[in-house]
Amino acid sequence: MASSTPALVSRPEPPPGPGLLLRQWRVLRYVVGENPLSAMAAGLFVGFVLLALFGPWLAPFDPLASHVGEPLSPPSAAHWFGTDALGRDILSRVIVATRLDLGIAVAAVALSFVIGGLMGAFAGYFGGWFDRASTRISDTIMAFPLFVLAMGIVAAMGNTVANIVLATAIINLPFYLRVARAEVRVLREAGFVEAARLAGNGEMRVLFHHLIPNIMPPMMVQISLNMGWAILNAAGLSFIGLGVRPPEAEWGIMVAEGAQYIVSGEWWIALFPGLVLMLAVFCFNLLGDSLRDLIDPRRRT
Amino acid sequence: MIQAILKRLLGAVPALIGVIIVTFILTRALPGDPAAYFAGASGSQEAIEEVRVKLGLDRSLPEQFFFYVRDLARGDWGSSLTTGQPVLTEIGERLPASLELTLVGLILAVVVAIPLGVLAATRPGSWVDHLCRGITTAGVSLPTFFTGLLLAYIFYFLLGWAPSPLGRLDPYTSAPDFVTGFYLIDSLIARDLETFRAAAAQLVLPAVTLALFVLAPLARMTRASMLGVLSADFVRTARASGLHPLTVLFTYAFRNALLPVLTTLGMVFSFLLGSNVLVEKVFAWPGIGSFAIEALVASDYAPVQGFVLAMALLYVLLNLMIDIAYGLVDPRARLQA
Repeated sequence: MASSTPALVSRPEPPPGPGLLLRQWRVLRYVVGENPLSAMAAGLFVGFVLLALFGPWLAPFDPLASHVGEPLSPPSAAHWFGTDALGRDILSRVIVATRLDLGIAVAAVALSFVIGGLMGAFAGYFGGWFDRASTRISDTIMAFPLFVLAMGIVAAMGNTVANIVLATAIINLPFYLRVARAEVRVLREAGFVEAARLAGNGEMRVLFHHLIPNIMPPMMVQISLNMGWAILNAAGLSFIGLGVRPPEAEWGIMVAEGAQYIVSGEWWIALFPGLVLMLAVFCFNLLGDSLRDLIDPRRRT
Repeated sequence: MIQAILKRLLGAVPALIGVIIVTFILTRALPGDPAAYFAGASGSQEAIEEVRVKLGLDRSLPEQFFFYVRDLARGDWGSSLTTGQPVLTEIGERLPASLELTLVGLILAVVVAIPLGVLAATRPGSWVDHLCRGITTAGVSLPTFFTGLLLAYIFYFLLGWAPSPLGRLDPYTSAPDFVTGFYLIDSLIARDLETFRAAAAQLVLPAVTLALFVLAPLARMTRASMLGVLSADFVRTARASGLHPLTVLFTYAFRNALLPVLTTLGMVFSFLLGSNVLVEKVFAWPGIGSFAIEALVASDYAPVQGFVLAMALLYVLLNLMIDIAYGLVDPRARLQA
């Protein structure tokens, strides 16, 4: 966010650099010490980011190559997670899938954050017809069971990864819109905004340089709480055969491919991708909770 | 009271209109030219034009929308290309299966989540509280389709306690006579305990899978709202007046704490109906979710659109019922309405 620096001007001068950093480090250490789970989640998060970035180089085998091992062989020293019906190495596929799964979620969340956030900020600041229209749009989206709406959107727009991203972004839009709108409505009457306006700033400048930087903390909390859900949604859509297509490696599809073998006892095909998916969602949810406790202790539950 | 309910009914109208507009847009957003699609791959130019006129695609959008709404109101939701049946009939036949699964899942979740949340709130920092926290964080992280498979593996393949996870009844039992479409209720009406047992056995795993997922938001909300109410002045006053602790807990605190929980129910239903689709696929449950997935795989669009519309209408209806229940629990909401 390039616009966050000018906003500091309207706040009291922060103490010199090292002191501030040290204090933030202490707060961080306190929060982590209070809740060891947060530290674990942070560690996991770093792990997932590394996997997403360097996955293709870390995977021991080619994720798409079949017959790198005996088909349907259980976990062994050569294939830690076993192999699937085509003899593909499951560990490699799970590792490589990280980038696609996280990529879809990040892209979707970024889209709904930018569009929903801007719509909400405009609606909250200016009110009027735009406010009514955007509230109506978000209410209409929320009138659907969200996963079902995502299914309908992908079915109608075409079965591609881009449409999975779009559908996930659309169903998350109302959450960002509502947070941004509510925060801006409260802040727009605040003293510092009044002061900025009196100092001769135009409406747009007040909105973008003074209000939007100040609604960032709750928006960040929303993002981190939303990431896990976005991953779940995308994986659910590909589980039922939408978006990502085989032989592409993706956690949801891999669980779907393993589903038919569960009843005959070949558990490893579905188990490992499912576990990693669960761990990723769990990690993001924990991080979201910690971030919320840190930024907005009132909403702690 | 009746007036309040009528007001709420009116309040659901904008949502209803929104839902119909969105499903209309979805039907027109089909990739490529719908007329060419419905005319088939070998359709000639004339055949495509004919289909276009027949589907009303040559008219203006508002006109098309009018015909769309008229057809919906007449019960003409299009036909499934794969089965040849009208979509509305198919959905009507399969809806009870989905509803039975969803409702049993919800009841299981409520029965576990609300006592858990209340216990956690009355004993902050105790093991119940930690358990509640753990379950709520883990619960929302569960991919339903994966938990379902895991449960099927453990309870069917390893332990052999559950029947094979395929459908509503094992192949040796015949369905009870149709009364409500809910096998559990129909078999009881027919006084057929054998069928009841068989249906319940098939239902347990998918219902538990659903319940595990929606338990989390319910328990979390119950705990938070109970904590808030228990520290309120009126509870302190009730305690100071020497009322029995259980009276204070249930008559005073719980009833007030219920309101935010009711509000979360809306979100919970959204989760439930969504994950219902995934659970139906995992357990080969013959509900409207698996119907929609089969149609999706076959690129058969009318059933998918019918499914989205049916789910949305169901959700609007459920939200309306929550609203009305809210009025029953909270007299203030009744006065305001």
